Amino acid sequence: MTPTYYLLLSALLFTIGAVGVLVRRNAIVVFMCIELMLNAVNLTLVTFARINGSVDGQVMAFFVMVVAAAEVVVGLAIIMSIFRARRSASVDDTNLLKY
Amino acid sequence: MTALFLAQAGAQATVSTGEAVAFWVLGPLAVAGALGMIFARNAVHSALWLVLTMLSLGMLYLVQQAPFLGFTQIIVYTGAIMMLFLFVLMLVGRESSDSVVEVLRGQRLAAAVLGIGVAGVLAGALTRAIAQVTPAQPLDPWSAQGGGAGGLGRLIFSDFLFPFELTSALLITAAMGAMVLAFTERHAKGGKRSQKELVIARFRGEYERPSPKPGPGVFATSNSVATPALLPDGSVAPESLSELIESTSAAQFSTERKQVSGDDPKPDAHALVGPEKEGESE
Repeated sequence: MTPTYYLLLSALLFTIGAVGVLVRRNAIVVFMCIELMLNAVNLTLVTFARINGSVDGQVMAFFVMVVAAAEVVVGLAIIMSIFRARRSASVDDTNLLKY
Repeated sequence: MTALFLAQAGAQATVSTGEAVAFWVLGPLAVAGALGMIFARNAVHSALWLVLTMLSLGMLYLVQQAPFLGFTQIIVYTGAIMMLFLFVLMLVGRESSDSVVEVLRGQRLAAAVLGIGVAGVLAGALTRAIAQVTPAQPLDPWSAQGGGAGGLGRLIFSDFLFPFELTSALLITAAMGAMVLAFTERHAKGGKRSQKELVIARFRGEYERPSPKPGPGVFATSNSVATPALLPDGSVAPESLSELIESTSAAQFSTERKQVSGDDPKPDAHALVGPEKEGESE
């Protein structure tokens, strides 16, 4: 086994997250899929740091975590305000800008 | 071709047996959590599956000699972010499970095909790019250059100092944005009126009538919504007629109105039998 397996695992997780974004309808679940994709990228960064023998990649993963925390806070607030206005958390119902 | 590169890479093993065992336990757990998140119909179940994935990833960071990041993953992601998700789920969409109906036809099949394609491209590119690279020996996390809090902090506060300062601006902006977006007018000044203010406003004529509207079923033979309320003179209160139930009309209740208002023929006091009622057969 080599560290490449970690990269393959993270590619698989990223793909599952991307498919989830395409398939799911609940806005919160879509958001969770985005979090999964961010986590997969973090695993890639940590693995590359390990392959390189430095911790620069870990620092990048740390910054990704900070940005993800900020993004989650704002995104969930947006979902909540949309839900308050339209009584729905489905991404299909938010189509006012469609035509 | 991928297998070829994997076999080529396998020649240079720098991974200990314990790490391999941990990977083969945690990796499938992470994938199972991700798949469970996609396929769970209930959003709360999706969140719990995602917690499993994030915990497995945190353990994988620990295994890869990144203890600070591993614990941060567990604390920040599974502790803070996923609990935030669960809070919002309980507030917003707990009962909203996804429908099985495809809105766009063939979307799921297309998504699956695209997913397999992306996974293949990523895996092929990664293995091809890594094939000639000899992985370095894992760093000791407790050394000054390792992945512990000391090594990471040294780097953050020297090379990455400016980005680190920028994250403080990002975090405070995110907090302000969340407060602005999630704010409701209800508790603000001049938002919701108290009962006293509402009564005063009603008697000033700001509303249609000073009293609340009559409830359905008042003075009526049943208390269903379809039954209108009757005013003291026996006429139907038009405000009590539901707009949704169009079949309810004043004419439908004409007999009841006549009975209440006393317009209908009184029973003959000298008759030997009482008035024949409709629907009763003797």
